[in-house]
Formats: sequence, C-alpha cells, structure tokens
Amino acid sequence: MKYLDEYRDPKLAQQLSRQIHKITTRPWVIMEVCGGQTHAIVKYGIDTVLPRSIELVHGPGCPVCVTPLEMIDRALAIASQKNVIFCSFGDMLRVPGSKLDLLSLKAHGSDVRILYSPLDAVKTAAENPDKEVVFFAVGFETTAPANAMAAYQAKQSGLKNFSLLVSHVLVPPAIESILSSKSNRVQGFLAAGHVCTVMGYTEYPPIAAKYKVPIIVTGFEPLDILQGIAMCVAQLEEGRFEVENQYARCVNQEGNRHAQDLISKVFCVIPRKWRGIGEIPQSGLGLTTEFKEYDAELKFNVDEVQTRESDQCISGLVLQGVKKPFECSAFGLKCRPEQPLGATMVSSEGACSAYFKYKREYLCTH
Amino acid sequence: MYALRCPFPIRQYPHVLLSHGGGGRLMNDLISKMFIHAFGPKPASGLHDSTVLELPAGKIAFTTDSFVVNPLFFPGGDIGTLAVNGTVNDLAMSGARPLYLSLGFIIEEGLSMEDLWMIVRSIKKAADLAGIKIVTGDTKVVEHGHGDGIFINTSGIGIIEHDLSIAPGNIKEGDVILANGPIGRHGIAIMAGREGLDFETTIESDCAALNGVVKALLEARIEIHCLRDLTRGGLASALNEIARDSSKIIRIEEASVPVEEQVASACAILGFDPLYVANEGRFIAFVPAAAACEALEVLRAHPLGQGACRIGEVTRERGGLVMLKSILGATRVLDMISGEQLPRIC
Repeated sequence: MKYLDEYRDPKLAQQLSRQIHKITTRPWVIMEVCGGQTHAIVKYGIDTVLPRSIELVHGPGCPVCVTPLEMIDRALAIASQKNVIFCSFGDMLRVPGSKLDLLSLKAHGSDVRILYSPLDAVKTAAENPDKEVVFFAVGFETTAPANAMAAYQAKQSGLKNFSLLVSHVLVPPAIESILSSKSNRVQGFLAAGHVCTVMGYTEYPPIAAKYKVPIIVTGFEPLDILQGIAMCVAQLEEGRFEVENQYARCVNQEGNRHAQDLISKVFCVIPRKWRGIGEIPQSGLGLTTEFKEYDAELKFNVDEVQTRESDQCISGLVLQGVKKPFECSAFGLKCRPEQPLGATMVSSEGACSAYFKYKREYLCTH
Repeated sequence: MYALRCPFPIRQYPHVLLSHGGGGRLMNDLISKMFIHAFGPKPASGLHDSTVLELPAGKIAFTTDSFVVNPLFFPGGDIGTLAVNGTVNDLAMSGARPLYLSLGFIIEEGLSMEDLWMIVRSIKKAADLAGIKIVTGDTKVVEHGHGDGIFINTSGIGIIEHDLSIAPGNIKEGDVILANGPIGRHGIAIMAGREGLDFETTIESDCAALNGVVKALLEARIEIHCLRDLTRGGLASALNEIARDSSKIIRIEEASVPVEEQVASACAILGFDPLYVANEGRFIAFVPAAAACEALEVLRAHPLGQGACRIGEVTRERGGLVMLKSILGATRVLDMISGEQLPRIC
C-alpha cells in the first residue's frame, strides 16, 4: 500500500539491520522519545535485529502515560456531573483514576463519548446548547493544533457551553530533563516525527550541542525507526552530535507555521506535572488569558485532588530510560494492563504495556 | 422473491409502538402480516407455543447468539443478515448442516416500521441463502431509550453428517492453519458507519454464511481438526482461544495474514491492529499438513474462499500461546486483547 508497505519491506529492513551491525563498534544507549515508536519497536521486534551492544530505552512520549493521576481524577469529577457531555480520545477512557476510569463512569450512566477530533466536540456543543461539553485536551505538540482550533472555533462562534480540560505537555523540556538528570544513560535520541511535523526541529540543535547528543527526527514505521537508529549510531561512532531529519517525507525544519501560530494564539507555555516524573518547568501548555473562559478546570472549579501512586511502581524510571519494565518486581504479576499500577502499563503505547503485550514469553524463559 | 412488499399498514403505524409487543391485536397483526408473511407459511396445525420438528438421525449441533450492532444498517449487510449468518456460522464451525433457526426480537419503541421491514427482508434473504428454516420466534418491545433500535437473538439447530470431531481439543502438532480470505472488513465497515468516517472507497462487511464453504471441505473428505469463525476480537482472539483450549503453541507469520489495502490503511489511520478487528464471514481451518494443499484448492474454488491462504501452524511445544513472526523475522507473543481496541490519541 502506498506510504505503508514501502516502510515495512523486510528486505530493506535486513539491509538497514546489516548496515547498523557493520558500523557499530561500541555499546550505545539510544532513546526513542515517542510511545508510538516504542510500540512499533516491540511489535515488529526491531530491537531483536540490532547488535546486542545497542540498547534502546523507551522515552516519555506517551501522552496517556504521562497524564497525571490528578488530571484523570479531575476528568472523572467533571464527567460525573449531571448535564455534562465529556468527550475524549479513545485511549484515555481506560486509564484508571484513583477509584475508577471513564469507561466505568460511562457504564454508570455518565455521558462519555469517544471522538476522533476535538472539532467534533465543538459541533456537539453547538447541537446541545443545554449541555456543557468538555473535551479532554491531552497530548504533545501533535494534538495541540486541533485542540487549539477547537477553542478558537468555539470563541469565533460564541459558544459558551464548551470547554477544554487541558493536559498538554511538550517534548523538548522532557528531553532536557532526562539529559540533565544524574542518572541519565541516554547517548542519542530518536525524536518524535509527528511532534516535529507540527513544530519543526529548530528547538533541537541547542539541546544536541549542550548535551553532546545526536538527535534524529524519526518516523514510526519499521524502516523509519531502523534508518533513524542507523543515522544515530553513525553519528555516535563518528563522535558527531547533530540534528538530522530521517522523517523528511513529513517534517521540514520550520514545521507547520499555521499550526504553530494557532497554538501560540490559544495556549501559553506553563510548568506541568508529568506522571511518573514530576513537575518539569515550562514543559506544558495552558490556555491563554484570552481563552480562559474555555478552561474546564476553572469552569467546574474542580478541587485539587490528592492522589498517591503505588510505592512498587518504577514507571518514572522507565519513562526516563533508567530501568526496563522487566526490572520491576510487579511487572506482569501485580501490574497488568487490566490492573495497572502505574503510568507505563495503562496505555497501549506505554513501555510496560508494550512489553507485556509483545514480550511476555521473556517472563517464561527468564 | 426478495421484492416482497411490506403488507403491514405502515401508513397507520409508521413506528413500532409498545403495543406491538403487548400481546394484543397489534402484536398479532405484526406477527401475521409482517413476520409470517415473510417467513411463512404458517404450520398447517396453526401457531402454537412451541414448534415440533422432525430431525434426521444422528448428532445435532445447537447454538445461540444475540446480536446488538450500531449502526443497524452498514455497507455489506445489516443486523438481520448478521443474526442469521452468525448463528449459521456457529453451526457450520462444528461441521453441522444448519436446519432450523429461532428468531427473538427485542425492539425499541419508535423503531421505524420501514427499518423493521428491511431487517425482516434481510433475515429472509440470508436464511434462504444459507438454507436454514425459521421455525419459531418471539417479539418484545421495550420503552424508548431502553434499547438500541433492535436486538435480535437467534438459536440454531444443525445436523452432523460426518464422523469427524471438529473442536479445539482435536488440533494436532503439525496441523496447518488456513484462512478463507483477507481479514478485518466487517469491523472497519461498522466503525466507518458508526463514526461517519469517509474513506476513499466504501469498505463492505464480509458478512456471509460459511456453511456452504465448510460443506465443500467436508465433501472433499478433508480431515478437518478444528474450525473457528473469526468474529469479535478478530483472528488474534480466535487463535488464542484455540491455543488455550488445546494447550498447544500456535505460530503464525504476519506476512502471510491477508489484509486488504483499504482495511490496512483504515487501521493505520485509526491505530488499530487488523489482527484484532472483527469479521463475520471469515474462518480458520486446522488441517493435517498432508491435506493442506487440497483443502486450499477446495477453499479457493468456492466463492467465499477465493482469497484463502495458509497463515500458520501448530507446533510441537505445549504452552497455550500464539506466537507471531513479524515481517522483520522477529518472534513475539500475539496476545488476546484485554478490552476492545480504542482509537489512539496520535
């Protein structure tokens, strides 16, 4: 199929694998930032065709994983109110809050809807003037333009019954946070292609230079990831630390200026808490003063919810590439996709969930 | 025959009312003027509380299934087609020849009589195509808001006319797994219809009765060890159920599993894995390696098996797992899905 089969070609994959084997002379630790890439790596077994000396560690780029527990509880508190239609992308519905998840709330009679686009939520608000329609605006820079457009359109059409529960986070501050940590092991990055489709990659050269790490803007298909790894290893072996673009079919240096303009019109950069990691300064988006009327947290006056993560869960260390899912004593036992203890087991893109789904035989043999 | 005109006074009752399930004249009108008209004729001895059936000698297969689907009508079928084919296929998976079908309607007050008539017509057409007789039924009407238009329950009786034991416990080491065609069409057709997603081409459900193609395998005297139709949960769940019930390890190759281009692209857009997407006219057959080529020929000669292919095998190990060899040659677990697939954020 056009633009899919070409990037899953076994022969080309073998060629890239051979190329990586040929150029690798030392151990390297490379982090793929995005959960979609983690998912593809374990789904296709990309890690198994690499030299043993190359270790892939899985980054914090899973929007479902890093959404703080308090935010899920706020979503539940809003969604359980009468007169609210609570809309969300599908994979947020299964994420457990302190007590239950949105799917269970729906089963108890709340109006919780899965949407494919936040603009559909604006439409829903226009069609239901006597209801409050809330969209759970979760994600990285990738989903920010559509969420910004939803607030923008709501304002343009004077809708008063629409709001966003915003939990947006940004990739570059997370990369910096990992690199500046004392326990950091990551020597090279595969940056998330979709984020760069929107933002371009002008934010990365200062990071690459400051921390002396190569950063490769990389796509999500098997060949994209293998090529991204090959480019990264080549730089590491040659002692270079530049920003390169593997995903040139979608990403240019400047990114999508229209989308960026819209984001900066509706959102401003604020500190955000990341589940499993903690607060990172200037690492998220919140609504600007001009769009505050669309802030569901203000509109519904949801009290600060105090939550506590499991003591056993090491998802924070997994998200920072310090530990692997198998190194957790709860993995596959107390912590499973149906009963996740922490961030990285809840989403299909989380590293623990991906390992559980695709690498479970490891548990039987080790 | 399928140009049946609705005999029911639709103009008088354009929608189903609670009274249509109330046991009185309106219900009797609905049964006699719509249902008996379509499915009849009425037995010579008159309508009774139960139907008395003649069964040939031998083992019978008996199954039941309930059908809830949104939207009721989708490209390639509707809830009526599903309700017949679903039960016919469950019978066919035991290698049974479908004989009799029961039909229970739970209708939500307010369903348009026109829609009900279209569903009834689809049921009649599907039953005729599958060669199964509708012999008993029931109608209930629930208040508006307490149903999803219409729910249908069908139970089926079939006769086993062979000596094979076709069941998961009967699969053997070395068995080859065949599929009758590309997977995932039904799930994507439903999803597209439900969410109003427009793809470049309309993806039609694969909904079909599989008893004909199974009959072809039986008539060719293929030594079938197990059959399983791929419904909710898709190919991955069917394989996992069989691996679990047989305690065997099943190995499949990703590159061998057929997925049509438009289904693959819809899955890529929605973040779905076609291995978990629903089907309604696809099945897998476990046959000895020595019979695989002939079985494939028989399948491919049938209209519902033209895309048949070999997708994997049963190995010597024990363990109750499904292992998938990825297109890159790596092997991983192919798990049963924990809930339903949900569209991803990005």
